[in-house]
Amino acid sequence: MPSVKSLDDLKKIREEALKKQQLKETSGKTEVIVGMGTVGIAAGARETLKAILTLIEDKNLSDIIVRQTGNIGLDSFEPIVQVVKPGEEKVTYGKVNPEMARRIIEEHVLKGEIVKEFQIEG
Amino acid sequence: MRELALHILDIAENSISADADQIRILVEENLDEDRLKIRIEDNGKGMDADTLARITDPFVTSRTTRKVGLGIPFFKAAAEACDGTFNIQSQPGQGTYVEAVFKHSHIDRMPLGDLTGTLMTLIIGTPDIHWIFEIRVNDQQYVFDDEPIKNMLVGIPLTEPAVMKYIRQAIEEGITHVRRQATA
Repeated sequence: MPSVKSLDDLKKIREEALKKQQLKETSGKTEVIVGMGTVGIAAGARETLKAILTLIEDKNLSDIIVRQTGNIGLDSFEPIVQVVKPGEEKVTYGKVNPEMARRIIEEHVLKGEIVKEFQIEG
Repeated sequence: MRELALHILDIAENSISADADQIRILVEENLDEDRLKIRIEDNGKGMDADTLARITDPFVTSRTTRKVGLGIPFFKAAAEACDGTFNIQSQPGQGTYVEAVFKHSHIDRMPLGDLTGTLMTLIIGTPDIHWIFEIRVNDQQYVFDDEPIKNMLVGIPLTEPAVMKYIRQAIEEGITHVRRQATA
């Protein structure tokens, strides 16, 4: 079976990433969690998560951990996105479509400003 | 769900909830026999015979927040609406597999959809799990195994932009290549 990608490409990627890590100060990483239960998936949570990954890739953002998790338990607010910045309390956003997800990354994750209009309790 | 790739994502979430650390996803298109098979196999905690017998009932679920679990009944209904079959096997402590077969050309058969998007969600979003994805189209095959990649990266997170690009492109190119070769 032909392999189009070579693992050597990854070696180079690893070296570049290590260099980047050495240049940065040690600080915690922000975690962005997207709920992916059946209701979330049906509400478009995969597209929300894809938008976050695309933004990270396009803007070359390191140090953002993205996780997907099962049902968070707030079905009527799906898709749910939670942001945990180092040392801060978890912030939960509801009904997050791809465009809102991009704003959450730009404003909350990158600039530290919670997007209150999307925030829900929980 | 409007795509089979979303059903795959949904069923894989069950495997994650069952504490699997290895999940294999197979998509097999047999155009000669007009059959599309999807199989999700995990090494999670499995189900006892009683639970297994009742699992396709929408009111049977391991969820505690609500009494309804729709993923499996939905997937089963989708397969059966397309002249297909649905099969789950499981043993406590041995894992579970879910297999749905569809008549490939059936008019109601929903599209496979964004497989790469589903796989990226699972691989990047749940990196502690060993993901293996296999696509077969007729006699052509592509396998994506994330283990060699993780072994090579040692400590670099999968959310590193260049890594995500690498994985995404590898999967996209693998799928495209298989489809092209199969219909050549």
